[in-house]
Order: sequence, then structure tokens, then C-alpha cells
Amino acid sequence: MIKTPHVDWLALSPELALLGASAVLLMVAVFVPKQLRSSAAAFTGFAGFVTAFVFAVVLGAKTPHLTTLIHDSMYRDRWSALGQVLVAGCGAVAVLISFRERWGEEHVGEYYALLAAAGAGMCFFLQAANLMTLFLGLEWFSISLYVLTAIDIDLIGSLEAGLKYLIVGAVGSATLLFGSALVYGRTGQLSFDKIAAAGYSHDAMLVLGLAMVIAGLMFKSSAAPFHMWTPDAYQGAPTPVTSFMSSATKVAALMVTYRVLTVAFPGETHLWRWAIAIIACISLAWGNIGALVQRNVKRILAYSSISHAGFMLIGIAAASHLGAKALAYYLIPYAAMSLGSFAVVAVRERELGMPVTLENLSGFGWERPFFGVGMWVFMLGFLGFPLTGGFIGKFYVFSAAYDSGFWWLIVVGVIATMISAYYYLGIVRAMYFRESSELQLAPAGGAPPREALVGIAVVVCLVVTVGSFFAVQPLIDVANAAANALPL
Amino acid sequence: MNEWLTTLLIVIPAAGALLVALLPLSGYWAGSLAALTSLVEIGFWITAAGKFDFSSPSLQLSQDHPWFRDLNVSYHVGMYGFSVWLVGMTVIVMAACVIYGWWVGRTRPRAYFALMLMLTAAIVGVFTAQDLLLFYAFFEAMLIPLYVLIGVWGGPGRMRATLTFVVYTVVGSLLMLAAIVAYGLHYGTFDLTQIPQSDNTWLFLGFVVAFAIKSPLFPLHGWLPSAYRESPPEVSAVLSGVVSKAGLYGLLRIAIAKFPTVAHDWRYELLVLASISLVYGSLLAFRAPDFRGVVMYSSLAQSGLIVLGLFAFNSLGVDGAVLQMVNHGLISASLFLLAGMVERRTSTGELRLLGGMARGRPMLATVLMTTGIIALAVPLSSSFAGEFLILAGVFQQHWIWGVIGAGAIVLAAMYMLRLISAVLHQDVGSAVPESALDLRLGELAVVVPLVACLLALSAYPNLVSGHSFPADSTIQVTAK
Repeated sequence: MIKTPHVDWLALSPELALLGASAVLLMVAVFVPKQLRSSAAAFTGFAGFVTAFVFAVVLGAKTPHLTTLIHDSMYRDRWSALGQVLVAGCGAVAVLISFRERWGEEHVGEYYALLAAAGAGMCFFLQAANLMTLFLGLEWFSISLYVLTAIDIDLIGSLEAGLKYLIVGAVGSATLLFGSALVYGRTGQLSFDKIAAAGYSHDAMLVLGLAMVIAGLMFKSSAAPFHMWTPDAYQGAPTPVTSFMSSATKVAALMVTYRVLTVAFPGETHLWRWAIAIIACISLAWGNIGALVQRNVKRILAYSSISHAGFMLIGIAAASHLGAKALAYYLIPYAAMSLGSFAVVAVRERELGMPVTLENLSGFGWERPFFGVGMWVFMLGFLGFPLTGGFIGKFYVFSAAYDSGFWWLIVVGVIATMISAYYYLGIVRAMYFRESSELQLAPAGGAPPREALVGIAVVVCLVVTVGSFFAVQPLIDVANAAANALPL
Repeated sequence: MNEWLTTLLIVIPAAGALLVALLPLSGYWAGSLAALTSLVEIGFWITAAGKFDFSSPSLQLSQDHPWFRDLNVSYHVGMYGFSVWLVGMTVIVMAACVIYGWWVGRTRPRAYFALMLMLTAAIVGVFTAQDLLLFYAFFEAMLIPLYVLIGVWGGPGRMRATLTFVVYTVVGSLLMLAAIVAYGLHYGTFDLTQIPQSDNTWLFLGFVVAFAIKSPLFPLHGWLPSAYRESPPEVSAVLSGVVSKAGLYGLLRIAIAKFPTVAHDWRYELLVLASISLVYGSLLAFRAPDFRGVVMYSSLAQSGLIVLGLFAFNSLGVDGAVLQMVNHGLISASLFLLAGMVERRTSTGELRLLGGMARGRPMLATVLMTTGIIALAVPLSSSFAGEFLILAGVFQQHWIWGVIGAGAIVLAAMYMLRLISAVLHQDVGSAVPESALDLRLGELAVVVPLVACLLALSAYPNLVSGHSFPADSTIQVTAK
């Protein structure tokens, strides 16, 4: 009789739920009649993400200590569980945003299938415990995202964006792979903890491998100077896809970066924390300065996501328990603000039938008060103003930097925030201070499209953004439990 | 109940703001709900002041809940003697401004009144927060409604005005955030009542720059002209009457009380800047071509005077500074509202187009005259008491500061009399229509209570100056 290996199904449940949803969706794409297909596909996708969300919460609750599974190739711990909760939550909200997008009806099943597959890939990536699973997870969700970016071939720029993302992303993946090969070549180990145990610190080849691994991961986090795909991909992709990319991808990439660096390369901490600190500074500078000159709102938000990668990297550069906690906390309001702001952009885009720029946001705040207030709150959140979790996130990140002696990162972060006030408040200015009559636009005609589901998505994002300001203690407890899984 | 009073003072306007924003009310009813909220707020302040023991030096009516424990940040609010008066000034001025906005009939009323009430909550929060991060949160929260209030309801140059205003304030407040992070983490708590005093110059400067921008103090007053001119008059009234006091309060509560030695070492620099603000502001006010220009530059001058009092480092100066903060809050709010009323009748504030408005308009003449005369610190007025205390206090530092301050009082008389004469007397200005009405009942209902408060304080200034800092104050502001 063949002995079946023990499989920890619960630990794999988020991935499996999403993969299952993806498979069902492919069936939906074929078997469900055309007029029902859009609703059935959206429902299945939503159900998949919600199931994964619930499983990830249960997984987090039932995993007090870190364990490994499948020959030490994956982790089961609260750090990855928190990441999976966030990714699944982002996916569910992204489905709500996607529902009314003008897809070619025949591809709608595939769209949700790919979204679920990308989510599954991110959940897998978050649990990666060795260089092999790391690369596998990265490619898994990246390939799904490449296709998603280019999925709406009627959308001007979508195909171009997909191609740019594919090429630059492939360079990133290749860099990561090459770096992994160097690390493996030097240490003879794939598992993160065994790489650390091999004790090759200060070895030139290992350091080069580490540098390339960092570079590969930074491509996915869209940190400057590895960000060049970000503005184009964010602008060109269908807005719901952008909302998912900007939130979930960042969660996965940054959380995994923290894990890889602390578990596999503790001997090089003094090196990588400087590298990360410098990348953070470049991201803060480039993201904020780049955003100043943009007129297209999606591009502004893309640059803003680069600068926020910089803020969150400050938490990684701190290389401390407080830093890990800061990152884990920061990601919660950040993901909500990111999704929410792109949701509002999607609403305006559908209303106008053209890309949203600062000019054609005029009067939006008064015409659609709810979405206007939503956008206002998200912008204040990005800016780090009180009454939003963005404020507490920045405060934690700065605290972590100060605590580990990188006080100058606070100075950089403060200057970056000052610059960012211009364009975040510029969006508020565009929405409220100008009348819509100043807008030289041919009206699309008819009543504005019904947006009940996007409305729900924005409500959820608002609740998380504002709620994370008031309920800091419970969220910090969660972040603390997650950070305990890292060897800091 | 008592420990809830301070929280209620913050929550009532915030809840009112939410109600006004969410309920589908017409402009009239939105305005009346807002006015009612701000009157209820005054009622609660009177209750709080009644329950307050002014002889006790400790924090009162306070409430303390942990916000997040790992960094020891808490929701800690409460009041000292001087904060009671600043909160009182705030709620009275805000009520007047809300009611004025209602009377004028601002467009988009629900958004407008919700923002005004939100601003009230934030300012009361600033004066009562006893945790550094909470203080910062309220301090920043003031900017959110102000930005929109100026940007949406402001004059033609509002875009530029909001931009300069935001650039200045954000720069200042982020420097303060950096200082707060370093200060709080270094001592392991953010609670203002527990955190030890520090002698770090950089932290002190981080706080001082933020507060000097808000106050404003020369040379950080660059945002002032455009913001005060482009705002609706009642928002200018709030800006110069109340919001600027948040900066001065911060200087007192944090920069001086928590960094006494550094503040003492830096007193000459600050006294010089305060003197320049005082003299330069007065001269600009004397030269200003319009009603609001006079009032706004006189605000700059008054900030300078109050800072002179604060950095006198003795109880005379600080008592005078607090009294003068309350005085100036009421005076400049009244004057900006009067400027708005004049502008409504003449559609301009330019002094050369105004004049002769006293004839046939006894109410306007009386109110403007009374306010102006109190503003120029005529003896027996409350601002005379405040300025006298400040000068007596700062005289003990060095006689030169006393001379500068006294000279500036002469300048104050010059610019105020010029203003009064240019608006009320002289020949009838070309922009003043014969049919321009006297102050209406609604306008009187807004300004007369403010002036009445000033007259009451003139009769008994000790109400504020004698009930701010008990002898053994826990806030150490006097030199060692």
C-alpha cells in the first residue's frame, strides 16, 4: 500500500479556495448562457475570494506558532495568514468594482478566473519558504496579472500596458531567479532558514545574490528605481485590475520581502537595511516628484503607489519588530485607500466614457457627493491626515525608523509628505473647487450609470480607512501577532 | 458626568456636523441645526466652566483611555484654567460665525455648516488634548475643513490662497510630527501630563516653527494676506480669531512648558521675532488699503504682542498673554464680521472707496466704534488690561521690549482710528450707496454678543487673567 503523505489542508485552504473558484469560473465561461454569464461569473469570483478570506482568518486564528509544510517548502504562520486575509479582501472588493466594467461579454468568465488565479498565486507566494516556491508564486500571480492588464483589447493602451508590464516584469523575475541561483550556488540550500544557517555571511557571491533577489522583489513592489512599468501599467490596465494590482500585489510583495530578508539573510542585515533604506528614499523622491506633473488621475495614483512603497519600505529598513508591525498595520489602510480611490476613478470613467484627468474631475464632488467624499477621505488618507489609518500608518513607520536609529528617514518621509500634499489636495481641489460648467466636455448623456456594487466597495474601503484610525489597538494586536512569526 | 464634559465639547459639534451633512435638510434648516448645535455647545461650555475649580492647578474634567498601548498613545483630554478660557472664546466665536453664515445664506449649506462644525470640534480638541499625538491629530484636522471652506466659498483668488495656506501649514505641522515622534519615543510616552521636560533644541525648533506658522509670526506669515483676503469673512474671523490661537496655545503648552530651558535660551530670538511682527504688522496695518488688510495685519501685530508676553517668562506676561488671546479672538472675529457686513453693502473693502457710513447708520457706527476702541487698547478696556500685563511682564526681561511694545500700542491707535475714520467718517465714499442699510437684526445678533463679551471682560479682566494659572501651577512657565 502506498503511504499517503500528511497534507495540512487548512494551511493550503486559501489557495485552494481561489483555485477552485478559478476552475469553476472557466466552466461558467463556457456553460452559462450569455445573458447570465456576467452575473454568475462575478458571483463565483466574489464567493471564491470571500471563502478564501474566511479560510485565511481561520488559518490565522488556529496558527499560534510557525510551522512548515510540504518538506519545509511553505510556511504556516500568522504573517502569511494576515497577508492572505488582505489579498482575499482586496480581491473581493475588486470583484465588486469590476462588475459594471464594460467588458466584451464573451471574456467575462476568463477575467474573473484570472483574478482568482492571481489571488491564489499571491496566497501561495506569501507562504513561500524556499527559493523555489518563492519564484513559483511570483510567476504564478505575475502571469495572471500580465494577461489581466491586457485583457480589454478595446481599451486604448491596455495592450501596450500589458506588453510593457510583461517585458519589465519578466526582467524582474529573471533577476530574482538569477539571484536565487547565486544564493543556492553559494550555500547549497533552498530553504530560507537553511540559507541563514549555512553561515556564508559576507560572502561576495551571496551578497550579489541577495542584491538580485531584492531587486526582483522590488520590481513587484513597484519601488523606484524598479518602478518604470508602474505608471504605464496602472494607466493602461482596466481600472478594476489596477485597483487589485495596486493593493494586493503590494501586500504580497512587501510582506514576502520582509520575510525573505529577515529569515534568509539575517547575517547581512546591516547591508540590506541600508539597501532598502536607499530604495525607500528613491521611491519617495521619485514617486512624489513624478506625481506632481501628471494630469491623468490613474497616473497620479500610480506615482503615489510608488511613493507609498517607499513609506512601507521604511518599515522594512527598520529591521525590527516594530518595523514589521508598522508594515503589517500600514498595509491595511493602504490597501483600502488604494482600492477605494481606483473604485471612484472607475465610477467617473464609466460616467464620462473617457480617461479621468484632473480637468474632467471638475464638479464631481458636488455631482456625486458620496463618491466625492470617499475620494476626499482616501486622498487625506494617502497624505497621512488624521481621521484616517494613513496617519497612524505613517506615525508607526516613522516610529520604527526612529527606534532603529534611521532618524534621517523620518526627515525624508516628512519632506516627501510635504510634496505629496500638492497633488493629493490637487485632486480634492479639482473635485470641489471648480464648477462642472467649467468643464469643456461633451456630456455622455443619460442618467449616470447605476453603481450599487461599486458603492458598497467604496463603503467598505471607507470603513477600513477611517475605522483603522479609531480601532488602532485591535489592528496592532493582529499586526503584532503576525510580526511575531518573523525572527526579529 | 464631569469627566465626559470635555469629550462632549468635542463630540457635540462633530455629531452636529455629521447630522447636518447626512440629513436631507434645506439650507435654512441645515443652518438652524448648525446654529442650534453651536449654541448647545456654548451651554455645555458654561456648564464645564461652572464645574471647573479655578483654584486647583491640576488637569480637570479629564478623560484618559489608551488608544494604542505599545507606544503609549492615549485619548487623553482635559482642561487647565487657561484652556477653559480659550475653549470658551472658541465656542462663542464659532457660534457667531456659524450664525453669520446662516444669516448670509451660504450656497451648498449642508457641506458648509458641516465643515464649520467639524472645524469647531477640531479646535476645541486642540485646546483640550493632553496627548501629543492626539494634539497633532486635532491640529491637522483643523486644516481639512479650512482648506475646503476657503477653496469653495472663497473669493476669486481662492485657488492660490488655499495653495499657499496649505503649503505653509503642512510644512509646519510635519516638522512638528517629526518632533513628536522623536520626543515621544525617546521618553516612551506621548502623554503631555507625564512626559518629562526635554532640553533638545531641535525638537523645540520643530514645535516652534509649526506654531509660529499658525500664529503667525514674522517671517512665517506669508500665507496670511491671501488666506485672510480670499476667505469668506466669517472664515477669516475664525482663522485670525481662533485658529491662530491654536499656534499660540501650542507655544505655551508645549514649546515653553515642555522645553523650559531651551525656550529660555532662545527667548531673545523669539522676542526679536515677536517685536518685528508687532512693529511690522502695525505698520502694514497702517498702510493697508482695505478693511480686511487692516484687521489681518493687526492680527499679525497682536500675535507678536502675545508672544512677547509668553516669552517674558513670568506670570504677569503669561497671564496677560492668555487674556490677550481671548481679547484678540473676540476683537478680530468682530472686526472681520464687520468687514464682511460692510463689504456686503458696498461690494468692496477698499478704504478709498468707503467713507461716511456713520451717517444714518447708528448701529454700524456704534458697534464698529466700540470694537475699534477696545482693539486699540484704550484704558479701561480689556485689551488695555491684557497689553498692560504683557508689557509689565516683558519689561522685567529688559526695558527695551517694554518700549517696543508701548510704541506699538501707539501704532495700534493710529491704524484703528484710520480704519474707523475711513469707514465711518470723511466724505461718503463712491462705493457706498445711499440705500445701504444699517446693521440688520441678524447681523446685530451676531456681533453684539461678541462686543458684549468684550465689554464684560473690560469690566472684569481678572476673570481670565486671574483664573488661568493658579499660584502653584503644574504648567511651569516661569523662569527657574
